[in-house]
Amino acid sequence: MMCTMIAQQFRINGSGKAGSGWFKVDQASVSYDHPFDMPLEYSLNLDFTSQSGLPGARVAVELDAASARTLVDAIQEVMRQAQAGGFVG
Amino acid sequence: MYTTDQYEGMLAETVILPGYHADLINAYFARPLGAGPFPGIVLIHHLPGWDEWYRETTRKFAAYGYVALCPNLYFREGHGTPEDVAAKVRGEGGIADDQVLGDVGAALAMLQALPYIDGKVGVFGTCSGGRHAYLAACRIPGFAALVDCWGGRVVMIKEELSPKQPVAPVDYTSDLSCPVLGLFGNDDHGPTPEQVNTLEETLKKHGKDYVFHRYDGAGHGFFYHNRPSYRQEQATDGWNKIFTFLEKTLKGSK
Repeated sequence: MMCTMIAQQFRINGSGKAGSGWFKVDQASVSYDHPFDMPLEYSLNLDFTSQSGLPGARVAVELDAASARTLVDAIQEVMRQAQAGGFVG
Repeated sequence: MYTTDQYEGMLAETVILPGYHADLINAYFARPLGAGPFPGIVLIHHLPGWDEWYRETTRKFAAYGYVALCPNLYFREGHGTPEDVAAKVRGEGGIADDQVLGDVGAALAMLQALPYIDGKVGVFGTCSGGRHAYLAACRIPGFAALVDCWGGRVVMIKEELSPKQPVAPVDYTSDLSCPVLGLFGNDDHGPTPEQVNTLEETLKKHGKDYVFHRYDGAGHGFFYHNRPSYRQEQATDGWNKIFTFLEKTLKGSK
């Protein structure tokens, strides 16, 4: 559980749902660093937030490395099918 | 050493102090009751934030007779649960070393100005806080003891340097002016045992006063009783080592 500082942050356009309901998310960060909850030394952490919102306006997921890779593959495959089906503008 | 016939009391509260660039930030403060004089300690929190473990640990130092102050290095990031604020900082790749030094220097100055401080103040940190504590003990004059608990990235390769962390703390070792206690787990990935070797060699080369304890069966964060990394035996021994070291360096016991 070191402080790897391995992180990327970028703008997105979407909505996220947390305890308080739906809110706009315009920023995502991906890091491989300390999890807060997963009982692991490291995890792949996804945070979807709103730049204008409080830090609590956050949708958070912590995944082990295998799950993170599976997720990436699934997103790629789903987007490929959506593109092929003409659903992506 | 606590005995059952002794009076014990403390005051613990959130305070405000002017940090880096005179920005007002909050800090958690705990001190033993009484006129003192007491030695002081600045606690530098870890990447998971200004969290419950650090508030507990601040009170632990007060219970052991130290005036303890733990500045909230993430104050400028807004407010929420410590976890949400820390997640924001994590996503941004941490905070700048200069800002940390400004806040830690302000915490030291605040402690030194208190009427019940005896003049000696140490610095303690774990994880990224261990790194920052090492940096602070090198860059800020006035600390009388350094406790570095598994500080990662004290030793850094060139590719790890960034605008926020432009210099590896180990490169400031010649400026270190206080005794050092280092606690490390031999299963840690950051710092690795090899990086701890490098740090030790550097301290030796510069003739610094240091003691390292390196624990088998422990990785990173082995004091964190709320995480699976907790190792009871090593943590108990580590705390004993810390308070023995601080007795000697800050309280002057032989």
